[in-house]
Parts: sequence; C-alpha cells; structure tokens
Amino acid sequence: MEKQTISRRFFLFTSSMAASLAFIPAGVKAFYNNVKRAIVRSKEKETVSIIVNKQKHTLSVDSRTTLLDLLREELHLTGSKKGCDHGQCGACTVHIDGQRALSCLSLAVMMEGHEITTIEGLAQDGKLHPMQQAFLECDGFQCGYCTPGQIMSAVACVNEGRTGSVAEIKEFMSGNLCRCGAYNGIVESIQKVAAR
Amino acid sequence: MRPFTFQRIQSLDQASARKANDGHQCIAGGTNLLDLMKKNITVPEVLLDITKALPDQIETTAKGIRIGAMVRNSAAANHDLIRSKFPLVSKALLAGASPQIRNMASIGGNLLQRTRCPYFYDTTLPCNKRNPGTGCGAIDGENRMSAIVGYSTECVAVHPSDLCIALAALDANVIIRTTDKKETIIPFKDFHRLPGETPEQDNNLPVSGIITAVDIPSNQFFKNAAYVKLRDRESYAFALISVAAALELNGNKIVQARLASGGVAHKPWRWYEAEAFLKGKNATLETFQKAAAIVVKETKPLSNNAFKVPMLKGAVEVALQNCLNA
Ligand SMILES: Cc1cc2nc3c(=O)[nH]c(=O)nc-3n(C[C@H](O)[C@H](O)[C@H](O)COP(=O)(O)OP(=O)(O)OC[C@H]3O[C@@H](n4cnc5c(N)ncnc54)[C@H](O)[C@@H]3O)c2cc1C
Ligand code: FES
Ligand code: FES
Repeated sequence: MEKQTISRRFFLFTSSMAASLAFIPAGVKAFYNNVKRAIVRSKEKETVSIIVNKQKHTLSVDSRTTLLDLLREELHLTGSKKGCDHGQCGACTVHIDGQRALSCLSLAVMMEGHEITTIEGLAQDGKLHPMQQAFLECDGFQCGYCTPGQIMSAVACVNEGRTGSVAEIKEFMSGNLCRCGAYNGIVESIQKVAAR
Repeated sequence: MRPFTFQRIQSLDQASARKANDGHQCIAGGTNLLDLMKKNITVPEVLLDITKALPDQIETTAKGIRIGAMVRNSAAANHDLIRSKFPLVSKALLAGASPQIRNMASIGGNLLQRTRCPYFYDTTLPCNKRNPGTGCGAIDGENRMSAIVGYSTECVAVHPSDLCIALAALDANVIIRTTDKKETIIPFKDFHRLPGETPEQDNNLPVSGIITAVDIPSNQFFKNAAYVKLRDRESYAFALISVAAALELNGNKIVQARLASGGVAHKPWRWYEAEAFLKGKNATLETFQKAAAIVVKETKPLSNNAFKVPMLKGAVEVALQNCLNA
C-alpha cells in the first residue's frame, strides 16, 4: 500500500515536471542549445574508402570511429573483439597492409586506401587457414574470446620468422593476452604451422 | 572521446603552421594519443594527420644515421644498419610494447609519449601534469612506479619510453621543423625536461615544432652494447627499471662508457659520474660493481619505491656484463 502511494506521488511529480518543461519559452531552449553547442562540439562526419578482406567500402563515419568499431558496427564483421579498447590485450588484432596492428588504436579515417584483413578474411574457398586448423587441433583456445586476435597475431608471427624457439614465440606473442590461459596450445599451434 | 575535426596534412610547412594554433594536435601512429583521447585526458579540437607529411626513411648521413619521424618502431628495430651499427636502439625498441604496437608506433611519437603514472591516467585524481595546480597525488601516495631521482615536490612521474633511453645514451639529436625555421636541432639530453615547477611540460618542443627525424652520430659502441629492462611481467609492460649500457673497448680497457636509465626519472637519465669512473678502467666485474654503486648513490627513493634502488644496482651490473657478451 505504502509503496503504491509513493509511486503515484512520484508519477504526479515527474509528469508535472515534464509539463512545465514543455512551457519553457522557445527562446530559453534555443539559448540553452546555443550554449551547449559552444561548450560541447558536435560530431563531425568524414568519408573514408577502405579495403576489408579484398572488398572495397566507402563509408561516412564519425571522425572518432576506430577501425575496430567500423569493422564491428558498420560492416558487421564481429570476429575482431573489443577486450580493453586501450591497446592492452590484442583481442582486436587485424592486419593492415599485411602487418599486424591493433584496430582499437587506429582511427577509421586514417585507414583511407589501406588494406585490412580480419579473421573473417583468412579462410580461402571455404577452407580454414592452416593457423585456424592448428588452433583447432592443438586446443589453442578455451572460451574463444581472444582467439581471433591470437590467430591474426600468430599468422604474422610466422610471417615475421619469429618462431625460432618457444621463448621467441612467447616474446613475439606477448601482445595477445588470454584470460583462459590457453598459451601452451597457442605456442604449439604456431610451432605446427611454422614447421610446415 | 570528444568530437574533433579531422584534417589530412600534406606538407611539413602546413603541419607546423596548423600545429601552432590553439587546440590543434598532430597524430602519427595514434597508439598513445588515441588512448589519451578516449580517456578525455587529451582533448584536441582539430586532429592533424601528419602521417603522409613526415619523412619515413632511414638514411646514412656524413655524421651517422638519420631516422625519419614516421619510421615505425618495428621497421627501425629490424633495419639492417640499425641492427649492425646501432644495436642498442634495436634492443631498446624490441623491449618496448608489443609487435602490434611497434608496427604502428612512429619514432617521433615515441619521443612524445606521455607518462604512465596512475594519477595522470585517472581524471578523478589530482595531478599537476594533467591539471596544473591540483597537486601531485603520487608523491605521498601510490608511487612504486615513480621516480627515484630528479623529481620535484610538484611531480614524481617517470618517462615511459625505452627507445629514448638508448637515444640518450648515444647522444642522439632531435630534428625539428618550426614555422620560422626549416631545421632546429635539440640534443637529446636537452629535449625532455625535469618536472620542476612546470610538470605539464614534458619537453622543449616549440609550439609549432614538428619532429622530422632523429640523428644518431656514428660510434664505436656497436660491439658492446646491452639493454636490460626489469618489469612486473616478462614482456609487454613498462619498465620499473631499465639500463642502456655501451662500452668502447681497447682490449680489456674501457675507452668510453655510456650508461642511461628508464623508470627512474621524468626524463631519460644519464649516469655521467659512473661513466667518468668507467673511463680508462679494466672491464671487470669489480669495476662494474663499483660503477653500479656510484649510480645508486645519486638516488632518493619515495615512500613506496625503495625496492628500485637494489634493482637498479643489479641491472647496471648485469647490463655492463652483458656488453661483454653482446
Ligand atoms: C599497451 C601499451 C604498451 C606500451 N608499452 C611500451 C613500452 O614498454 N615501452 C615503450 O617505449 N613504449 C610503450 N608503449 C608506447 C608506445 O611506444 C607509444 O605509444 C608510441 O611510441 C607513440 O608513437 P605514435 O606514433 O603512436 O604516437 P601518437 O600516439 O600518434 O602521438 C603521440 C604524441 O606525439 C605527437 N606527435 C607524434 N608525432 C609527432 C611529430 N612527428 N611531431 C610532433 N608531434 C608528434 C602527437 O601529437 C601526440 O601528442 C606502449 C603503448 C601501449 C598502448
Ligand atoms: S581491444 Fe584492442 S588491444 Fe584490447
Ligand atoms: S580462450 Fe578465453 S581468453 Fe583466450
């Protein structure tokens, strides 16, 4: 009973607030909007043309958009993961012009003309990339959240020739964290591909 | 992140002219700036993409080597000439960040990266560097990562770069373009500042200054150089203590020595007294131990970082010994 009265009182109070807001003279609202515009800059749109997994896209994006957000939110390529959004985990690793890089610390507008490869672009003709296959065979993951980033990084690690020893692999994979601790399987997967 | 206007910059002249305006800031690799923008620690109104305007070549010069400001950290670390003639630079670069970040980070941006002090990074806490006049939270607070030398009552933050420690040791020069001069040269030891009363200023880069390159003079240190970095985990972490050491030897005699450290001060720190001591001595463990003792004599730890002193002593000894097996 008590609860009901309070909520009725609350309803009356908030609806009267809303009603009084509607009667604020238009001039006051316009003034408020002008002040807001002066203090808070409005967002700005930029056009960018990028190539993702061999496909060209021309998009109009908020200048603040990161490559990671463009991939996930605009192109719906949700393989690349947002772990930390601050360069500290490697879950967002993609290849930019063939080099591994962090999409969370890249501005989409700065990717004009660059070629991006994501985890979705690794398999060819319906066949998994050897590194994807190796991760399956060597238990290179548990929950799978860090895995797209791990695989993109692992492919680059092999391309860079940094697979001379377990210690070298670990050092050159240190930019990819795995909370499940699948590290041994990851190292094994890389050794397997490097040996081919 | 706050909204900003994005501009693609075509030339160095355009870059320095625009950078002179209030609220205008350059972006190169973006690995430090975007992080700070996401946290609203840095809030540029206009972002100048200078990646196409900056030199991105490594060239030999009459006096040594010139590394363009846009050369990526990984490209510099893996460059044949740097690996053979300036291995200290390569070693320091490879000790920093991760392969992904090194592929993105530029040489110029590396010099200008900001401190990782937790008070600087948390906008709800006081920090004279981020918000002058609010006080230094670290000086009597969480300061295990902070400085042990060269700090002031206003700021105890440390400089985070590994590359800069090697560049300080090798007496590099920073090449700068401003609106009124094609080339200004700042010796590395004068580029970064001590905090003093103005910790908000990390360095002496002029307002319109664009870093175009870093010059490293030729030297005889390439045979005996080492970089030791100690941190909370084995890789992908900033230094608690780092030591760049380089020896020029004649037989077993030290002709010249260089010693610099990261994780100890607001700028890359040279241990000049220890260098002077090493000069002319025989390269033995005993000499190295004495040099390390001279190094730590200079230090004055804060409430929570006295552990850095023995760590530094050991790192100096190991770095000097590693020079002999480089
Ligand atoms: C998770 C993580 C771990 C890291 N670990 C390490 C580490 O262990 N050791 C280490 O040394 N570093 C480390 N870093 C830092 C990294 O090395 C720097 O962020 C990088 O070097 C900055 O270069 P950038 O090109 O990305 O700079 P940006 O972020 O593009 O720019 C940095 C600053 O420099 C200015 N700027 C850039 N270029 C110029 C120029 N040519 N002229 C004038 N102004 C310019 C920008 O306006 C900005 O203020 C780490 C970074 C991250 C995110
Ligand atoms: S999401 Fe990019 S490094 Fe963590
Ligand atoms: S598999 Fe779960 S985080 Fe790596």
